Amino acid sequence: MDEGYTTTDGRKIGGVVMEMKNITLRFGGVVAIKDISFDIREGEIRAIIGPNGAGKSSMLNVMSGFYVPQEGEVWFHGKPRPQMKPYQVAQQGIARTFQNIALFEGMSVLDNVMTGRLTQMKSGLFAQAIWKGKAEAEETENREFAEKIIDFLEIQAIRKTPVARLPYGLKKRVELARALAAEPKLLLLDEPMAGMNVEEKEDMSRFILDVNDEFGTTIALIEHDMGVVMDLSDRVVVMDYGQKIGDGTPDDIRNNQAVIDAYLGVSHD
Amino acid sequence: MSDQFLFGIEVVINGLMAGVLYALVALGFVLIYKASGIFNYAQGVMALFAAMTLVGVMNGQVPFAHLINSILGTDVHHFGWHIPAVIAILMTMAVMILLAWAVQQLVMRHLVNQEPIILFMATIGLAYFLEGFSDLMWGSEIKKLDVGLPQGGSFWIEEMTAGLGGEGFYGFFIDRLDIVATVIAILLVVALMLFSNYTKEGRALRAVADDHQAALSVGVSLNFIWVLVWSVAGFVALVAGIMWGTKSGVQFSLSLIALKALPVLMLGGFTSIPGAIVGGLIIGVGEKLFEFLLGPALGGATENWFAYVLALVFLVFRPQGLFGDKIIERV
Amino acid sequence: MFYREAGDFSTTYPEDSQTFPIKFDRYRYYVVLAFAFLVVPFIINDYWANAILLPFLIYAIAAIGLNILTGYCGQVSLGTGGFMAVGAYSCYKFMTAFPDLSMFINVLLAGVVTAAVGVLFGLPSLRIKGFYLAVATLAAQFFLVWLFNRVPWFYNYSASGQINAPERTVLGVAVTGPNTSAWAAYLFCLVFCVASAIVARNLTRGSIGRKWMAIRDMDIAAEIIGVNPMKAKLTAFAISSFFVGISGALFFALYLGAVEVGEAFSIQKSFLILFMVIIGGLGSIFGSFAGAAFLVVLPVAMKIVGADMLGMPTDIVAHLQLVVVGALIIVFLILEPHGIAQLWRLAKEKLRLWPFPH
Repeated sequence: MDEGYTTTDGRKIGGVVMEMKNITLRFGGVVAIKDISFDIREGEIRAIIGPNGAGKSSMLNVMSGFYVPQEGEVWFHGKPRPQMKPYQVAQQGIARTFQNIALFEGMSVLDNVMTGRLTQMKSGLFAQAIWKGKAEAEETENREFAEKIIDFLEIQAIRKTPVARLPYGLKKRVELARALAAEPKLLLLDEPMAGMNVEEKEDMSRFILDVNDEFGTTIALIEHDMGVVMDLSDRVVVMDYGQKIGDGTPDDIRNNQAVIDAYLGVSHD
Repeated sequence: MSDQFLFGIEVVINGLMAGVLYALVALGFVLIYKASGIFNYAQGVMALFAAMTLVGVMNGQVPFAHLINSILGTDVHHFGWHIPAVIAILMTMAVMILLAWAVQQLVMRHLVNQEPIILFMATIGLAYFLEGFSDLMWGSEIKKLDVGLPQGGSFWIEEMTAGLGGEGFYGFFIDRLDIVATVIAILLVVALMLFSNYTKEGRALRAVADDHQAALSVGVSLNFIWVLVWSVAGFVALVAGIMWGTKSGVQFSLSLIALKALPVLMLGGFTSIPGAIVGGLIIGVGEKLFEFLLGPALGGATENWFAYVLALVFLVFRPQGLFGDKIIERV
Repeated sequence: MFYREAGDFSTTYPEDSQTFPIKFDRYRYYVVLAFAFLVVPFIINDYWANAILLPFLIYAIAAIGLNILTGYCGQVSLGTGGFMAVGAYSCYKFMTAFPDLSMFINVLLAGVVTAAVGVLFGLPSLRIKGFYLAVATLAAQFFLVWLFNRVPWFYNYSASGQINAPERTVLGVAVTGPNTSAWAAYLFCLVFCVASAIVARNLTRGSIGRKWMAIRDMDIAAEIIGVNPMKAKLTAFAISSFFVGISGALFFALYLGAVEVGEAFSIQKSFLILFMVIIGGLGSIFGSFAGAAFLVVLPVAMKIVGADMLGMPTDIVAHLQLVVVGALIIVFLILEPHGIAQLWRLAKEKLRLWPFPH
């Protein structure tokens, strides 16, 4: 196994963080993902693209442990990941956002971001019931971290606002904040720019690059918008009808005939 | 055949009959839930209200007599007439439609788009209101309801089956009212199915059940459909009220049959009419058999909880209920 | 005018996350507490204790308990009456089995037992959701009431099938039995009530509370960001039942003194507590108090107005009560689905800007 590479803009990419090995996922008779393998390296921005119904979201759900593939293995940090519950996957350091925003609507922005810290907060029931002392100290410590993320994503002004009152673009940003608050080793973004206007897309792209730059977070993202993906990512996986039809740097992908066919709609078979 | 076994069969048959009545109440729940997503806790009280209204109309009781007397110091009780059962039933149905309209206009219309749990709470409020209201209107004493349905054990069946067992067996005891109830329940289900499959209103109703907004966009009046649904539920409540009222008198405990219908719903699913029927039968037979076999050893009255525990255990192993599809969760 | 937060800055995170971040609220809270502990015990009489104060405090504890489960964790329970019965009967068993134990310990132990039973009946919540769960909790209600009715061990084989609270003391002062004075019972309940409220507040503002609310708002997302749904739900059931159990124990031992389970802890009780939570406000500790106060005072007020002032027969007043409570619930749900607590928040918001609303 090689030891990474250096990107065109000079960032050093490390070893493999997560590797998908021959993943096949079926729902009843429908094959959502068919025998797909690829890897994600430390510090890189990895994109998964493909037309509607290609199985991208299913792939992300396999990575985050929400779906269990019928065949194949997910390797994380050089070991095959045993079958585990989604919350255990999260505790291993994988955080994600959702295509249809999945914020906790009944809570404030701050509380939502603080839920990202839940995997780090360990004080027990009695400590919390008494509050003064251990629980309060822990709360303060994690609040400081959460505030750092809030500053970073420039959502200070709305921290006490109930999430339900926010516009779409801000909700997406709060969701990113919640995922970042978990200090993830691997961050999965499910269509982070879906439904945004150009300005919001630019903001979001900037945040994604900043996150990668500032915290060195490894990021895997799914996206529709080819233009954005090509600018953002270091390497791209292309999926179509549950199969991998391309994998490589954005330049490779641009010249890949199978990818061009899939996007321009050449008839299959 | 041993006598014990024959008693067991009798228990099963009576359980089936009771199950039909549970299914009847459950049906009222399913109708409203399917069409509007409202879990109508007031269904049982609606049955009580219908039965009380029916008795009151038949006997020519003056509504709110007690209240009027206590405020005005008068002494009115009855109009002094008796109305034939058929006409009284029609008049009661008119009252139930009025109730459906009032519920829609005064309550549900203002709660559109609220969370299901809020709607559920509102129907509990409605149940309280209606309970107090019917007591105020007709008085809270136990009343006898007789619309001319046959009652008492069927001697014919008893004599026919007496020969099956030995000395201690006198034949199956089956209440004729239960037989009538079964027939009526079957007719009702068939009528409802025909209504929802072959009439314009029925189609509109199913459209609303599938998707409110889509139905709205093709020109179905939600308001009308919901009044319709509550009216049909009122009709089902009236039928259930007549059956249970004839069987054990019209009194507050009648509204508790709603509680009996809830495990039926859990078992059969909140949206399935066949589920309500099969669930009702399973619960009816199950609780009677359980009481028959294990009741004496456990201290009796296990009917109070058996249905719930059965439904609970069942759901833990099959959360989608009897007829539901496997639940696939998405994000 | 006087209700202001301008100039009232939080400079540390603990200050920002305290229960009453606004000075005025904080002072009012201290005044209410001082009044409840230092003034009321001296002016209380039997009528006030039994008609208003004891039921208010006891129901408030139950409402806090149910609010944790339903308002914070989103699991609707219709079994509160059954769990109160567990509290009452386990308290009774402890009282009779260990006569020398302080009543304090008895009540706490009753809470612990109820918590365990709550966890047991909470297990189905891992598989069953929404209305199905609500109906499933009725299984607890009916089964528990049946159990206490039919198994003589629970009522110590008494001929009447009732349980009666013998005299028990705290620090030498009788708090149960016929020789209890109103102030002692009141103070005993008040201590439990205030402690419950503080503990509930602490739990709901920290990480456990956020886990509960995450499960409530979107359980799948909660699991994916790292909340163990089983642990979160079962702790909610445990904590909730603990409070409900304490409330049941107090209801039996201090308020009623003698209990017949089918009457005192029927499904009507489950609904009553649920109404308190709804009318008061789901997901609000203050709302639990407001709801309890409202539904305790309402029947008393109606009785005074209807029966004593207007001279109506009591059965008519009772029926009217049902009508009014039912109608009020509907009206509340239509006007303000988030209950009195939300009205209170809105009022404060207005007050904060008064007299210049822009």
